[in-house]
Amino acid sequence: MNGALPFATTDVTRASRRRESAVRGLLGIVTALLILPLLAILGLLIRHGAPALTMDFLLTAPAAGMTAGGIFPTIVGTLWLVGVSLAVAAPIGVLAAIYLNEYAGDHWGTRIVNLAIVNLAGVPSIVHALFGVGAFVLFLHLGTSILSASLTLAIMTLPVIIASTKEALAAVPMSFRQACWVLGASRWQTIRHVVLPNSIQGILTGVILQVSRAAGETAPVMFTGAAFYLPFLPQSVHDQCMALSMHLFTLSTQVPGVPEALPYATALVLVGLVMSVNLTSIVLRSYLRSRRKW
Amino acid sequence: MVRPAAKIEIRGLSAAYGDRVVLEDVSLDVHEGEILAVIGPAGAGKTSLLNCINRMSDMIPGMKVEGSIRVDGREVRDFRDASDLRRRIGVVFPLPVGLPMSIFDNVAFAPRMGGMRDKKKLAELVERCLRQAALFDEVKDRLGDLGTRLSGGQQQRLTIARALSLNPEILCLDEFSIAVDPVTTMKIEEVIKELKQHMTIILVTNLVLQARRLGDRTALFLDGRLVEVGPTETIFSRQTADVRTFQYVQGLFG
Ligand SMILES: Nc1ncnc2c1ncn2[C@@H]1O[C@H](COP(=O)(O)OP(=O)(O)OP(=O)(O)O)[C@@H](O)[C@H]1O
Ligand SMILES: [Mg+2]
Repeated sequence: MNGALPFATTDVTRASRRRESAVRGLLGIVTALLILPLLAILGLLIRHGAPALTMDFLLTAPAAGMTAGGIFPTIVGTLWLVGVSLAVAAPIGVLAAIYLNEYAGDHWGTRIVNLAIVNLAGVPSIVHALFGVGAFVLFLHLGTSILSASLTLAIMTLPVIIASTKEALAAVPMSFRQACWVLGASRWQTIRHVVLPNSIQGILTGVILQVSRAAGETAPVMFTGAAFYLPFLPQSVHDQCMALSMHLFTLSTQVPGVPEALPYATALVLVGLVMSVNLTSIVLRSYLRSRRKW
Repeated sequence: MVRPAAKIEIRGLSAAYGDRVVLEDVSLDVHEGEILAVIGPAGAGKTSLLNCINRMSDMIPGMKVEGSIRVDGREVRDFRDASDLRRRIGVVFPLPVGLPMSIFDNVAFAPRMGGMRDKKKLAELVERCLRQAALFDEVKDRLGDLGTRLSGGQQQRLTIARALSLNPEILCLDEFSIAVDPVTTMKIEEVIKELKQHMTIILVTNLVLQARRLGDRTALFLDGRLVEVGPTETIFSRQTADVRTFQYVQGLFG
């Protein structure tokens, strides 16, 4: 009697429902496990580094052969490096992406450029470092300086900025562009008034993520502009500077007799910086998404 | 009576996407102030024809166009800036596209791109175009809302209002009723009859009865070729020049 009802539960539907919840549970557990490494790293850094993390630590220079004092110059240096590299890479990357996505057609020339960008994005940072030494420090006679190091970082981040910007532009439906073109709007008017305003969230997110990448890299700045120790702060892009990432490397491997808490506290600052930049990008993204127009 | 000069004069037009020929040796006149209905099965080349007329073909990678199209006697190929041509030809696509901006800005977009800044003039223009497209009364209290949030039928009329914003002499409508309910379709058909007073209209449609209702003349395309063009009464009578026309409009085709 029951079996004839159209919405009846059968053995087959029961089994399928059990499988459904098993699969969902498994996927959920695997995803939850992903958070563990992050929590472990943060826990470790906080346990060992937090005691040393004081205002003094953030605002004074290293002292006593780097076995004491703070990390102020390295924070300043990292801001210089990230700022200058971004000032170079962001505009060039965004403009190139606009050209590639909006103007260049699909032919062998653009395919080669696109291939080059993909491959450049996969080059290990130590190779970028060597290239930076050869191209900027030596060939262009920029010396080991903030400029050389920032240009090296710019070359490293550029392909990723181009790729993420292109993706953001391509997410704007083609029909919007066509609707503008039939109205007699030029390509640039269309880009300026319709494409860019509606892809800016994706573009900014991509750029900001490269900020945190540039801040964390050691190799590209080590040979091109970052110093082990400097008794003064940089005055211009032609000076050398200290850098957080490099300082962490120095403290943990190059200097004997450093109290254990110092490298941990430095790492904590570096991770905190990177995470707050990423957080900014997430907040910005969700703010701009809430104003999405289609 | 003096015959009005052809508004659009198409001679020996061929078009291809890459190697794929989609229009072959089409010659056709569109008269000043008429509604020319263009009918034909899917893939016949109707949309491609419109793309050639306003040179949207430039924007389609791989599209090649040969032959001559004159608008008011001027070869469209010779426009140095295709924008100058497109501003005089309003086009409405099959699927409604509200631009991601307010209803007001949607209609004001093209005039602004053309350099119009006067707020009062823009407001008047937007109201006039929305009225012409039979949309004003539905949206007059929310001109600041996003155009993309209107219903499909409203967006279609918004698209028409936008196409009218530059006061075009030629209006091309490409299967406008495809995403629109019968009531809105009838509303828009009334709008089109109204607009005929001021402009030359090419109406591409899949609905043969719509061609019959609105077209002064009707052209039938098959496989990239113009089969027949003539007064709508003739096309829908037994006296068609080509037997395929009779079969197609009577629904006996294939
Ligand atoms: N961008 C394009 N690239 C390649 N081929 C295309 C492109 N656009 C259209 N075609 C082809 O050109 C032919 C004619 O297409 P067109 O859009 O002009 O037909 P249509 O008469 O408008 O059809 P429908 O009634 O379905 O809209 C079709 O065979 C189509 O596949
Ligand atoms: Mg079509």
